Amino acid sequence: MSVPPIGAVLAAAARQPAGAFGRYRTLSQRLSSHRLAIGGAGVLIVIALLVLAEPFFAHLLGTDGETQDLLGRMQGPSAAHPLGTDDLGRDLLLRLLEGGRVSLGIGVVVAVGAAVIGTLIGLIAGFFGGSADTLLMRITDGVIALPKLPLLIVLAAVDVTKLGMPEDWAQSPMLSFWRIAVIIALVGWTTVARLVHGATLSVREREFVRAATALGARPRRIMFVHILPNVAGPIVVSTTLSVGGIMLLESVLSFLGLGIQPPMASWGNMLTNAQDLIWSAPALAVWPGLMIFVTVICCNFLGDGLQDALDPRA
Amino acid sequence: MTRFIARRLVETLLVLLVMSVCIYGLIGLMPGDPIDLMLTSDPKLTAADVARLKAVYGLNQPLIDRYLAWLGAAAQGDFGYSRLQSQPVLQVLAPRLGNTLLLMGISLAAALVIAIPAGVWAAARPRSFGDHLINLFAFAGMSIPVFWLGILLIILFAVVLGVLPASGTASVGVDSLIDRAKYLALPVATLTIVTVGGELRYVRSSMLEVLHQDFLRTARAKGASPARLLYGHALRNAMIPFVTILALDFGTLFSGALIVEIVFAYLGMGKTIYDAIMGNDYNLAMVGLLLATAAVLLSNLAADLAYAWLDPRISYR
Repeated sequence: MSVPPIGAVLAAAARQPAGAFGRYRTLSQRLSSHRLAIGGAGVLIVIALLVLAEPFFAHLLGTDGETQDLLGRMQGPSAAHPLGTDDLGRDLLLRLLEGGRVSLGIGVVVAVGAAVIGTLIGLIAGFFGGSADTLLMRITDGVIALPKLPLLIVLAAVDVTKLGMPEDWAQSPMLSFWRIAVIIALVGWTTVARLVHGATLSVREREFVRAATALGARPRRIMFVHILPNVAGPIVVSTTLSVGGIMLLESVLSFLGLGIQPPMASWGNMLTNAQDLIWSAPALAVWPGLMIFVTVICCNFLGDGLQDALDPRA
Repeated sequence: MTRFIARRLVETLLVLLVMSVCIYGLIGLMPGDPIDLMLTSDPKLTAADVARLKAVYGLNQPLIDRYLAWLGAAAQGDFGYSRLQSQPVLQVLAPRLGNTLLLMGISLAAALVIAIPAGVWAAARPRSFGDHLINLFAFAGMSIPVFWLGILLIILFAVVLGVLPASGTASVGVDSLIDRAKYLALPVATLTIVTVGGELRYVRSSMLEVLHQDFLRTARAKGASPARLLYGHALRNAMIPFVTILALDFGTLFSGALIVEIVFAYLGMGKTIYDAIMGNDYNLAMVGLLLATAAVLLSNLAADLAYAWLDPRISYR
């Protein structure tokens, strides 16, 4: 390995921030020419705003998503209930918005959590190399090779009190949110780990990293200050692309009764009863699924646009 | 090559062994056990009966001893009885594995018949209106929740039109091909629609990659017809990465089949695994999950082998 003169190395290191800035400007230009991605982002923002404004709509309608009205079950749309009521007489619109908060929340929380796990594993494996690299990447390959859904069903069925969690925690409504978030993140980090691993391997050999090493920077500083910003692009793309898949996993687990537990609403568990009611109230089955579909497709459009913008050849 | 296959098979067995420990441990962590379930259904059981039953089934022993006992029996071909079906586990699973393979096989074939010509057609005219339309369709297939699509198809064909059965595997007492086909139609349609989207995008992008290569320009210069260029030269090369991706996606297809089977109450592996987990049928859940894992691992191995077989430039040592 030949070592370039120190002057050239330092000059290259000094140029690095400007280069990174320039790349992000063209990125936003390329993205804005991708109409589906812009449309997807717009619809996602509208959905997020609607979901966050749920208390306002509840105030306007004078009810909330939990209040049951057993005499007014499965009503059609009316002024009091713009989308009608469900099988327990709850307002469908408010329930959809509440469920959206949970489903979108899971999508974002898990995507970020999985990205953090994957980034750490990929960075450490790629930077240190050697046996740590082999071990971590073999584990990654192993997790990728497993059938995800059956495994998630097993993980979701585990009784947390047997793991020593106090009874009252295990019964709390927020637990179903966090447990589903954790188990999906546990199987979802592999894509980012692979990407970051590959990117780290190539960035590690660049001059500015060698310059930092020569200047005496510690491994932790090199990894997080010098390498991480240079692999941020692929991480952002892959995290965005993963949100849709995560929301689909959450919805199917909740649909099977293993994810978000009622009375907390999620778009998935709103469809659990809907299947039994298709003969009497088919409309109940349409709305939650449509919300999942629209949200997931918008996430995928956005992720695809980001990918094209970052790597125009693909 | 033989050494490569042998090494990968040993690795697959090792992963399966690790998985069997994990799954056994996780199943041990599920709420209640079979005897607790018996207790809720039969209040006449005394505490002494419960203790005796737990001793008979070995449920009072530590998890690790139970696992080793299970492993020892499994190594001799005894996978235990299914508690819910009162039959040896393998006898329960064999016909259901057949049902699942039938569902997955037909759906995959149907998806390929749509995805390959449509993907080639789209790649031949990139950024045209038709290409965008196909792209939209592919995204829709990738983004639709499988169970919701199933419910929608049930509403349309069983509730509104009333032409197809809403769920099940076959009519009771009827054993005809037409009857089976009627029950298979909606599950197959669901699984095909969600599978075709991803495949379309793979075919299109690997075709686009090949279409930019020099040998195609050469072929065109030598006067090959457009059809021969697309299907004879480009598609054959584009298929190499595609076949690999197809084999790697086996797990996704299986997961899709699992959801479809539950929505349509179709007696396959997925529904069996789900019911076994929900019903504390430990032996059935264990073997079902391991079988699914083994199938996915073997398809990954098949992906590597197909790659080397299709592309003579690659060799494994």
